[in-house]
Amino acid sequence: MGEFPLLSLVIWMPIVGGLLVLATSQWPSLNPRPLALAVAVITFLTSLLLYTGFDVSTADMQFPEKASWVPAFNIYYQLGIDGISMPLIILTTFTSVLVILAGWEVIKERPAQYMAAFLIMEGLMNGVFAALDAMLFYVFWEGMLIPMFLIIGIWGGPRRVYATIKFFLYTFLGSVFMLVALIYMHTLSGSFAILDFHVLRLGLTEQVLIFLAFLLAFAVKVPMWPVHTWLPDAHVEAPTGGSVILAAIMLKIGGYGFLRFSLPITPDASHELDWLIIFMSLTAVVYIGFVALVQQDMKKLIAYSSIAHMGFATLGFFLVFTIMDNNAGSSHGSVMAMEGGMVQMVSHGFISAAMFLCVGVLYDRMHSREIADYGGVANTMPVFAAFMMLFAMANAGLPGTSGFVGEFMVILASFKASFWIAFLAATTLILGAAYTLWMVKRVMFGEVANDRVAALQDVNGREIVILGSLVFMVLLIGLWPAPLVEVMQVSIQNLVAHISVSKL
Amino acid sequence: MENIYLTIVLAPLAGALLAGLFGKVIGRSGAHWVTILGVATSFVLSVVVFKYMVIDGNEPFNGPVYTWMVSDGIHMQVGFLVDRLTTLMLLVVTFVSLMVHIYTIGYMSDDPGYQRFFSYIALFTFSMLMLVMSNNFLQLFFGWEAVGLVSYLLIGFWYKRPSAIYANLKAFLVNRVGDFGFLLGIAAIVMYFNTLDYAGVFAAAPAMAGSTMQIFPGSDWSVMTVICILLFIGAMGKSAQVPLHVWLPDSMEGPTPISALIHAATMVTAGIFMVARMSPLFELSETALSFVLVIGSITALFMGFLGLVQNDIKRVIAYSTLSQLGYMTVALGVSAYSVGIFHLMTHAFFKALLFLAAGSVIIAMHHEQDIRKMGGLRKYLPITYWTSLVGSLALIGFPGFAGFFSKDTIIEAVHASHIAGSGFAYVSVLSGVFITALYSFRMFFLVFHTHERFDEHTRAHLHETPAVVTVPLIMLAIPSVVAGYWIDPVVFGDYFGDAIFVSHAHDVVGHLAEEFHGTSAFILHGLTGPAFWLATAGLGTAWFIYTQKPSIAEQLAQRFQLVYRIMLDKYGFDRFNEIFFAGGARGTGWTLWKLGDVLLIDGLLVNGSARLVGWVSGVVRHVQTGYLYHYAFSMIIGLLLLLSWFLWLAPGA
Amino acid sequence: MVLADYLILGAVLFGLSVAGIFINRKNVIILLMCIELMLLAVNTNFIAFSHFTGDISGQVFVFFILTVAAAESAIGLAILVVLFRNRHTINVDDLDSMKG
Repeated sequence: MGEFPLLSLVIWMPIVGGLLVLATSQWPSLNPRPLALAVAVITFLTSLLLYTGFDVSTADMQFPEKASWVPAFNIYYQLGIDGISMPLIILTTFTSVLVILAGWEVIKERPAQYMAAFLIMEGLMNGVFAALDAMLFYVFWEGMLIPMFLIIGIWGGPRRVYATIKFFLYTFLGSVFMLVALIYMHTLSGSFAILDFHVLRLGLTEQVLIFLAFLLAFAVKVPMWPVHTWLPDAHVEAPTGGSVILAAIMLKIGGYGFLRFSLPITPDASHELDWLIIFMSLTAVVYIGFVALVQQDMKKLIAYSSIAHMGFATLGFFLVFTIMDNNAGSSHGSVMAMEGGMVQMVSHGFISAAMFLCVGVLYDRMHSREIADYGGVANTMPVFAAFMMLFAMANAGLPGTSGFVGEFMVILASFKASFWIAFLAATTLILGAAYTLWMVKRVMFGEVANDRVAALQDVNGREIVILGSLVFMVLLIGLWPAPLVEVMQVSIQNLVAHISVSKL
Repeated sequence: MENIYLTIVLAPLAGALLAGLFGKVIGRSGAHWVTILGVATSFVLSVVVFKYMVIDGNEPFNGPVYTWMVSDGIHMQVGFLVDRLTTLMLLVVTFVSLMVHIYTIGYMSDDPGYQRFFSYIALFTFSMLMLVMSNNFLQLFFGWEAVGLVSYLLIGFWYKRPSAIYANLKAFLVNRVGDFGFLLGIAAIVMYFNTLDYAGVFAAAPAMAGSTMQIFPGSDWSVMTVICILLFIGAMGKSAQVPLHVWLPDSMEGPTPISALIHAATMVTAGIFMVARMSPLFELSETALSFVLVIGSITALFMGFLGLVQNDIKRVIAYSTLSQLGYMTVALGVSAYSVGIFHLMTHAFFKALLFLAAGSVIIAMHHEQDIRKMGGLRKYLPITYWTSLVGSLALIGFPGFAGFFSKDTIIEAVHASHIAGSGFAYVSVLSGVFITALYSFRMFFLVFHTHERFDEHTRAHLHETPAVVTVPLIMLAIPSVVAGYWIDPVVFGDYFGDAIFVSHAHDVVGHLAEEFHGTSAFILHGLTGPAFWLATAGLGTAWFIYTQKPSIAEQLAQRFQLVYRIMLDKYGFDRFNEIFFAGGARGTGWTLWKLGDVLLIDGLLVNGSARLVGWVSGVVRHVQTGYLYHYAFSMIIGLLLLLSWFLWLAPGA
Repeated sequence: MVLADYLILGAVLFGLSVAGIFINRKNVIILLMCIELMLLAVNTNFIAFSHFTGDISGQVFVFFILTVAAAESAIGLAILVVLFRNRHTINVDDLDSMKG
């Protein structure tokens, strides 16, 4: 498989396809949707080859590609994936298909541009996960913002301008510091290859500064408390598809950054400052859990619940040092923590996508996101109610759904770090159930609240396909997470081994 | 045999999926046929397993079904452990479930959600079977939460009723509080034992008995105590022990068949089963056992009191269930696990019977549940009357009935125990006997005897319920009478073998077994014990107060108004939770959101920095006059400054 | 005459023109003239330096500057004409459309 540029295909096919779709806007009689769907589906099928051809026994980068790009600065077009990035690429291609389908009837204004934006974004996000050159990574990272900016800014809600600017400034602020850190490391190593950075020897002060620069970039993306406030606004204003991509994939890029950059490049700084990350993660779980409880707007509620769930991912990533400190240097348990964080990211991709799509289904019919406008939807939309119930339970981390797996692993591992970390993390069991099910109660159950609810139509075939495929994934990971964990096992073991050795 | 075990579990699941996903296609009768067939298959196969395991005396089965995942060297599997404890639970669960399935045909006959209901209860059976057959903590937690889910769905089955959807949310959240402890307990087990399999944990547990951990800096806690108490917090949620009992009375908002199946016979006893299963762990910590004992005796006594003041027929039985669960917990606390499980079994039969009988009354009364509006139903509902009588006698522990054997043994066991708290527990369980008899027969007399307190319209339609309802009643009445005679092998014999472990120091049951000389001698002995006289006194009091002199009840309520109020208020648990936890959580959330997110982060930091930039530029724009000569002048000034700096001030100038 | 005399003359001319640019509030034409004067001050310096250092290239530059200055004032006057046609004024105080 090494010769065939599969990764380039997965990156560039949707981008070229997106440009083609964009071109169809010149001829208003042409329907851009089938073409967009075809591109997305073919990309998804192509990305599955990455899974089938993946060698789970090695932590090396697979499907490598390398070509010179800017020789003067030693910048290469260098791609490759390991067990950490591969699941995220497939998550991206899978979600993109759903997003195209979700916008099928709903987007009436400029459909070609809408679909094209999503396809181009898909390619760029795949690029982020596959890039092994820091500059290439940075280009994809920033490039990705543009389509998202447009999607919220053009197809968004009434306060879209405020939301887009907030989104853009927040994320841009973070990434500029990352750029500084990358350039600094380039001056030391003479290379932009991420794998060279991994073995670059750095002093503690350097590491701390680089770590903080990365932290700013990734924490905003994840988002971690207290730099999370752009997310609820962006979600509320974004169209359904935008929310889905934002929650399912964009947030994962922050988490991915921690695993690819922060931990392996600055292990000692991570060790020094892991209390900060753990504190921020637990705050996300507890504080944001309470905040989610009182939200009046369904999308805001789900956005806050996303922050809380991502807190688990970051918590899992940074438990390793506390586990080593409290168990006489043995890192046993930290692989589980990190895998738990990864599983949580993948699972959250499916569940949050599903939750936002469910809200989208309601919004398309009622044009309201206020919980108070609903009530008794289960009476008029029984099939939808069943879907929503399942996803809500997954969001609350019910065993048998994917939402449980990651939380379970992280809680098990965090007990090794400290009883109190586990204690605070486990409060999600109560808080997650409280905010999710309280919303379900107010929206779905009870008597039919008003005439508009009474007039609701149940989900149609297209929506059943979308939600059904998510049900499949949520249950599959929940009932049999072994394939997913197996894929990342060796890469994460390698990562833990790498970071448990000091660079000083 | 592996295939049989698998079929036992999967048959109800298949029924549930068919009824749930294709309910419209297969229709109402299709739905009940597939699910009943599924559960009946499980029941028949459970009998086969019973024969294989108990009569033929084969070795327990312990094996994996599939690997859920492997992480960090810990194998997480889905697998079955079928020993004699499991076998007993299989029989109880599948039998009661089958009866309830059949009964539901009659009870739900005119409900629009017929297929959905059958799908749910079959799914429940599946989850419960997964729970009892598990051989590891992961699957235990799976089943644990899955039964909670189905309970949630079924309490809120009539999702249009505000009270039902309030109750189901409450039930789920309170259970989650228990699960919170349970999950931490599992995490502790993984930390100290590095495995999730029962076998591995039990084998390594004795070596752990002396080790300690620090939860608060400076105070050493025994690891086993922490693990056991955390696990027991899970059991407190599921088995509704004080203070996590608040959800069970409200769960009566669900249809009656599920009150019988889930909230009396099976799910709520999952906690009892779990502790019995974990006996090798609990035996290592006397502190944990005392904790269990005290919680159990508080529940047994104080929840019984509340049964006295309830007027809803189902709520009376619900409080009785709470009290009986307390008895089982007490049995666990004094290390009489086999007695606890035995009471679990007899209770499953007679309490399911009582609930279903109550359901039968409710059908006949057209969904009237207030016992003050009943009375004299004996002549209209003969079968229901006689089966209820059997159930009530079994519940109060009347000699010869099933409840007598199990309850009397619990009392004896507590009497024989020397563990801390057993004195208090003995007083509780003994007084509980009187209370139990009083509230059970208060309800019985008010429903079936006394004068009729309903209107003409109801009377015109009042007749015995159909056979699908009465046959399960009779089927459940039989074990409610005879199951007790099984006490010889189950409690005093070596039925459980290695499935339950009791350390020699706590072996009260072994002590009792020495004095056990056959069931008839046991009955005779019971007739002379205090428990029998207390039960009879309770029965007599109920008869006197509620059939002869109803005014006494009112006078008592008048006389002890404060106590009566407190009891009507259920000791204030609900109100406290509503204000402190629910209100507190909302208040915290609101404060954190408005103060933290909106004001501090967004207002001060985000929009604040935007405003700062705006303010600075507002100041600076005044420099920008727009006049060319100002710009030219400032250029020159700048030039001059630069030049002077280069000439005089720059280093090396 | 020494170099300093020429430089003082240049500085005086320069100072005059700066004052003219800054103090003048009325007429754009005066502004243009002041700019010309400033260039002349520079030219004076160039010539003086050229003479005293014996390097002819300074005087060559003066010719360049003079040419450019002529072109500049031509363009400046043309802009002035257009400005007057549009705004009906060449009063400096009125020309503040660059205000932030």
